[in-house]
Order: sequence, then C-alpha cells, then structure tokens
Amino acid sequence: MSPLQLCLVLSSLLFCIGLVAVLSRGNAILVLLGVELMLNAANINFIAFWRYGPHPDAGTGVIFVLFSIAAAAAEAAVGLALVIAIYRHQQNIRLQEATRLKG
Amino acid sequence: MTLSAEKLWFIPALPLAAAAVGALMPRSGRAIAAGAAIAAMLAAFLVSCVALSTALADPAAKLVHNFAWFDLGTSALRLGWLLDPLTAFMCVMVTFVGALIFIFSLGYMKADENFKQFFCFLSLFAAAMLGLLVANSLLLLFICWELVGLASYLLIGFWFHKPSAAAAAKKAFITTRIGDLGLLLGMLWLYNSTGSLLFFDGGAGVLETAALGSLAAQFTAGGLAVSTAIGLLIFCGAVGKSGQFPLHVWLPDAMEGPTPVSALIHAATMVAAGVFLIARVYPLMSADQVLAHVPLHALTVVAFIGAITALMGACIAVAQNDIKRVLAFSTVSQLGYMMLALGVGSWVAAIFHLLTHAFFKALLFLGAGSVIHSAHHEQDIRRLGGLRGPMKVTFATFAIGMMALSGVPFLFSGFWSKEAILHAAHGWEVSQLPFYAALIAVVLTAFYMTRLVAETFFGKARSDAAGHAHESPATMTIPLVILAVCAVLLSLLAWPSPWLQHQLDPSAHSEPDGISLMVLSIVLVALGLGSGWAIYGRKPRVSETSADPLATASPGLIAFLAAKLKFDELYAATFGRLNAASAAFANFLEVWLWGGIVTLLARLGEFTGLVNREADERTLNGGFNSVSEKVRGTGLAYSRAQTGDVHGYLRFIALGFVILVLLVVMGGAK
Amino acid sequence: MTFALILLSLLILGSAAVAMALRNLIYSALLLIGSWAGIAGFYLWAGAEFVAFAQILIYVGAISMVVLFAVLLTKQGHAPEPVEFNSVSRFITGLIAGGGVAGVLLGAILGMPLEVRTAGTTPTLTVKALGAQLMGPHTAALLVIGLLLTVSLLGAVVLASDERRDQPEDAP
Repeated sequence: MSPLQLCLVLSSLLFCIGLVAVLSRGNAILVLLGVELMLNAANINFIAFWRYGPHPDAGTGVIFVLFSIAAAAAEAAVGLALVIAIYRHQQNIRLQEATRLKG
Repeated sequence: MTLSAEKLWFIPALPLAAAAVGALMPRSGRAIAAGAAIAAMLAAFLVSCVALSTALADPAAKLVHNFAWFDLGTSALRLGWLLDPLTAFMCVMVTFVGALIFIFSLGYMKADENFKQFFCFLSLFAAAMLGLLVANSLLLLFICWELVGLASYLLIGFWFHKPSAAAAAKKAFITTRIGDLGLLLGMLWLYNSTGSLLFFDGGAGVLETAALGSLAAQFTAGGLAVSTAIGLLIFCGAVGKSGQFPLHVWLPDAMEGPTPVSALIHAATMVAAGVFLIARVYPLMSADQVLAHVPLHALTVVAFIGAITALMGACIAVAQNDIKRVLAFSTVSQLGYMMLALGVGSWVAAIFHLLTHAFFKALLFLGAGSVIHSAHHEQDIRRLGGLRGPMKVTFATFAIGMMALSGVPFLFSGFWSKEAILHAAHGWEVSQLPFYAALIAVVLTAFYMTRLVAETFFGKARSDAAGHAHESPATMTIPLVILAVCAVLLSLLAWPSPWLQHQLDPSAHSEPDGISLMVLSIVLVALGLGSGWAIYGRKPRVSETSADPLATASPGLIAFLAAKLKFDELYAATFGRLNAASAAFANFLEVWLWGGIVTLLARLGEFTGLVNREADERTLNGGFNSVSEKVRGTGLAYSRAQTGDVHGYLRFIALGFVILVLLVVMGGAK
Repeated sequence: MTFALILLSLLILGSAAVAMALRNLIYSALLLIGSWAGIAGFYLWAGAEFVAFAQILIYVGAISMVVLFAVLLTKQGHAPEPVEFNSVSRFITGLIAGGGVAGVLLGAILGMPLEVRTAGTTPTLTVKALGAQLMGPHTAALLVIGLLLTVSLLGAVVLASDERRDQPEDAP
C-alpha cells in the first residue's frame, strides 16, 4: 500500500467515524463535532493529494485547506450558537426532539 | 566537573518535572508533591553550582547552544541556551533561595488544604524563572517571562476566596501586561531590523557588534537611534515586572499572596527579572552611548526612572503600617536602586545588589512570615510588639536582615552593594540628581527599617495574638538562619577585593574606592538608624490606637504617604475616566448619528413598502391567489416526507451516496 | 515515515472513535482536542507546516473552547441521559449506513491504481509563497471568506443572544 493510499484510508475512516456519530448520536453538540470530523477528513484528503499529486509547487491544496478551515470555524460558531438557541427553546439539546419544522 | 551549554536545560527542566508530578498527584499527595518540589530545587541548585564553576573557568566566554525550534518553510525559528557568569550567578541564587523558601513553606502552608497546588505552582514558577535566566533568545526569554507572570498571578490569587487577593492578582497581571506590550513591540522591532532574536550567535546575534552597529546607525523620526527606541520599549517590560515608577502599583497589592510567595516572587526573584533583562541586553541599551548628538540615551531614562522609584518607594514605606507592605515598598525602592545602577552604567553593581538583596529581602520576608504565622495572621505592626522575647531566632535573623538592608557598614552584604551603586551614581557625568535621590533614600531606608523592627519586636504586646506568639517550627527557623548567615557572608564577595565584579565583567578595571563617599554613606545610615530609634525605639508605642509620632507632627504628609501617594486614585481618575468618557462618546455617536441615519432609511423603506402594498393588493393578487392554492396543495402532500427527524434525512443521504457510487462502479464494470 | 503516519493515524482514529462513543461530553471534547492535534501532526508530517499551525490555532485553540463553552452553557457536563430504545435502533441503522459508506470508499481506494509522484521528497511551500498566492490569484476568495466569517460571527451572536430582552434603544 502506498503512502497516498494510507492517507486516503485514514481520511475515509475518519469520515466514517464522523458519519456514524452524526447518524446515531442524539446530542446536537456531538452531531456537530461529527460534522467537524468529516470536514477534517476532507482536509486530510486535500493535503494528501497535494503532497503526492503531480503539482505540489502550485500549493492549491494547501490554500483550499486554509479556506476550508476558515469555513469550518464559521460553521462551528453558527452551529454551536444554534445549539444554544435550541437549548433555550426546549431545555435540552436532543436532536430527535427538535422537530418543530416537520410537515 | 563542567556543564556544557547543551545540557543547560536541565536546570529549568528539574522544577518543571516536579510541577508535573505535583499536577498529576491527587489532592492527598501532599508529601510527594512537596518532596518532589524540594528535591528538584536542590538538584537544580547542584547543577547550577556546576554551571557556575564552568562559567568561572573562563568568565569572558559566552557558552551558547542554539537550535532550531521549528521550521516554517525555509526559515527556521531558533532558540538557544546561554551560559555566562551572569546566568550562572543568578541560577545559583534563584535555586538556593528558592529551595530555602520551599522548605519554609512546608511549615507556613501546613494547614492549607490546597498545599499540593501551592507546591505545584511554586515549582512552575521556579521552572519559568530558571528558563528565563538560561535563555539565549529574546523570544524564549519572553515566553518564560510571561510564564513567570502567570505563576505570579496564580500565587498572588492563591487564596482566591478572599476578594482582595483575587483583585490583587488581576491588578498585577494587567499592570505588568502594559509593560509587556512594550517588550513585545521592542522584540518585534528588533526582529524586523536584525532578522534574529538570539543574543549570541557566533557574530550574528543581536547583542554582537555587527547588529549593534547597524542598530545605532539608523534613526527614527525625532532623531532617536533605533537601538534607543528598541531599548526603551524593552525597558517598558522591565518597568512593569520590576515594579518601577509608574507601574509600581501592583507590587504592594501583590502582598495578598502567601508570605513565602512574597519572599520568592515579589522580593527575591521575579521582580528582579526586569533588572536581569536590562543587564542581559546591556550592550543593546548602551549601544547609543557612542552617539553624541542624539536627544536621548536609553540609559538616561533608566537612571532617572530608577532614582524616582528608589526615592518614592522609600518615602511611602515610612508611612505604611502593614509589615509586608513596608517590605514591599522597600523592595520597590531597592529595585529602583538597581535600575539606577544600570542607568549610570554599572550593570555589575546592579547585579551585585540584586544578589545580596535577594538574600536579605527573602530573609526579611520569611521573618515577617514567621511573625505573621505565630501571631495568627496579624500583619499590622500597630497590633504587634514585644515579640523579641518569645521569638528569639526570628528576632535575631530579622535584625540581621534589617541591618543588611539599611546598609550597616562593613559586616553586612547590603552595605557593599549599596556602596557600589552610590559610587557609580556619583561618577555619572550626565546628572547628579539621581545620586542625591539615592542618598536621601539611604537615610529613609535605615529609618523605616528601624521603625519596623522597633514596632514589631520591642515594647510590649499590643494585642492578644501578639501576646500569645511563640517561636515557629524548625522548618521555618532553619531557612531563616541559613539566609541570615548568607546575608553576612555575601559581603565576602566584594570585600576585601571586588571579586564578584571582576567575575561578572572581566573587562572592567576596578577603580579606587572613594573613602569620602563611604564615610558620607556611613554617616547617613547612622542618621537614619539614630532618628528611627529616637522616634520609635526609645518610647515604644503603648497601645494599638496611640498615634504615630510622625503623624502627629505632620498629619497631612503622612496620610498622603500612607495612601501610597494616591497613585491608585490618580490612575482611576485619569485612565479609568478616559475609558468611560470614550465609551460615552461612542454611545452618543451610536444613538444619535448612526441611529438617526438608520431610522431615516427605515422610514423611507416603510413608505415605499406602503406604496407597493397598495399596488399589489389592488391589481396583482387576483391571478396569483389561485396558483398559490395549487402550490400549497402539492406542498402539503410533499411535506408529509418532512418528518423533522434530522437523522432520518442524513441516513437517506448516506445510503443514497452508497447506491450512487455502486451504480457508477457497476456501470463502469459493464 | 510510514511508521510515523501509522502511529498518527492510530492516535487520530482512536481518540476520535472513543470521543464519539463516550457519554460524557466534556471527555469527548477533550479527546477530540487530541484528535485534532493529531491531524495537525499529520499536516506537519506531510510538510504543510502553515496548515498545521492554522489547525492548532483554530481547532485546538478556538473551536475546542467554543465547544466546551457550549457544553457548559447547555449543562451537558454531567448527568448523562438514559438510553432509549429509539436511540439503539438509530445507532444500528447509523452503523449500517456508515459501514456502507466506509465499504464503498475503502473499496474504491484500495481497488484503484493511484499514480504516485516519486514520494520521499517533501514539497516545500514557504509561508511567503503561500502569502503571495493568497494575496495574488486567490484574493477574491480571501475576501469572500473574510466576509463569510464576519457574517457568520454576527449570525452566531444574534442566534445565541437572548431574544426576551426589552425593546432595544436603537432609535433616538
């Protein structure tokens, strides 16, 4: 297995850990953290392809990751603010109970 | 036995390991935490002694070891260790005094439930302080500098359930931060102009000739040399940390911490870090001395700040009634002396005074701690008194510390170091004002120390707590005795030959001693001691409410001094007000100017909305209404699928992804 | 090199998996900090130092703090809630879906012949070059991301602020 494949396996396993957490945990904060893990997995992919790709000197992978980290920071801030708003509404943060928008 | 510069990190690493041990212990692991801390300090002391012998083998050499901390692309951030006599002497002093104070704390903090944390913090402090001493990079020094500040914050606020202690910790942290901002700016400027922060780097360091020459050859706006500007910014950090005027306000309040902390951090070591910093970057501070036509030399500012602080601290100490606050202002005053010595060009005298002061001031603080401990935390000297009888060891050692601080001639170390500073100040070409300030401070120092001893130990007990006082346990008295012996023996470093001066700065040629100056200072000390005894010693205070003789003579002046020259009030009235006024102004802008514009726009929007609505309702709506009914029907049908269960949605997305990929893969396989 | 990567992977995956399985959110958050630090280590390993420092600053430094604050503000630190049957079934379906995705991804990665540039030489990208790229070809993106951050922070403040306060004194 080449190092690139190893990196990709790492990132996909991390992605799946995040995914399972998002799908199965009821706590809104943990769901958000799962999303963060998935984003991190994507970043690992970028770096891996930058490192082993054909044009490492262009640096686009690195720059994309920087932007992605910035977006993740924004996401975390808004997400956790949402969690606090949910908490204020229903006095807990169980996602399965936050169903007021259903049809 | 020698110690190479690569292994110098042992010295700070030992207490750091002890701090880690202390942090990992459960709260009941008191003996282990304290034992680890003391053992680490003693081991660090031994290593420091080896380092000292290595450094003294060739005093002129600077043993350095630099390494890259981390790489950023192609450029690397480099740090390093430095071993020279200055570092070695300071390390020996810090570890020795530190170990004694740790042992003293065993007795003093015995009853405290957070005993373990206390030793953990103390070890952290010692590690940071030693790291500061061995650093060969301004950056590493700055990091340790901030860590020392953090440890100081934690220890001042150690009894954080007392609001005054919490406030004092905050005040100390914020006040020193103001100075640190200057240090940080100076550091950035230095890096920008020289591209390095290493002190010594085989010719490329910032304290070596090449860099200094270029720094002194450039000028900023206003005609200052760049080296002067950077030096003054760095001096800001020293002003904050060493409690110099005008940032001295935090140091007296810092006495809210436990007394061993006051002895270690706020008397012997941390507050001396500012003096050490200036001594360390002395080549940079003095680089502008070769320039004749600049408006200001950096060292001139240092000298005047030091002189002002020395005089001011001594004045305020005369009127304080808290035993620790008297000592705190005395520390402020003595640090002013050291800065004065640096400013007038004799960094060796400053370091000498730093070393002797560390011993006798630690002794005085620990003695005060012993008094406070046995008098059930009574700190007001008006309510003490008569302790000479029950606390013989404490009294004897305290008296030795007091005589060393006052500068009683010949036998005590303080005399020699103070003499060196007076001598240097007398020989300064720029101005004689600092010299006169220092002379007045000599009289005042002897005066207030006599007052302190007379009020505390003579007369009769003026409260129950003082009446029931008894001698402290051996863990507390033994460090006192050792420190007292050192306070006397250290005078051997300077007399009969200026050995220490020669080791610190081999290039300096020793000048003949000014006998007349020495006689003058002896007369002044005698004057201070005599007047102090005449006013406070001969007729001891009768009860705690009886008036102070000086206060009856000049109530206004003494009240002003007792209020610490009203610096706190001044800062509250100026900087505090300024802050409030700017906030009020911003609020005014917000409400009237921006708020008005926003309201205007809102009204406009409202008006157009009104017009729009009229047009809408009359003409357009009819057609849309029927269409929207239909849309609503379909929407309702689809909304059944919206269960509101986020997990359900996500599950469908994941499964959909799997199915899509499988479709693609199978499609490709065909 | 590969050995270091495997160690890092174990750290990252292990702490992430345990963090996601724990019921005490404080421990989860602390373990995730370890996982994020491990990812920063991976970036260092791959030669992207600047990204590693950004990761440490933003994830280990900032986001972890926001998470801890959220945990404390919503009083999730202690008293884990009882497990319901509903959540067990959700866990099983979640595991199935996640396992399916993992299977597909791993199958794709391992089954695909990936051409690898001659490994061994770590590409170097100086901070200066990175800065030039950001301020050169990617200026527009940089501005947009700055705007996004500002707006999202404002949004977070609005969302998290208490709506039940008195009428604001906006107008004179």
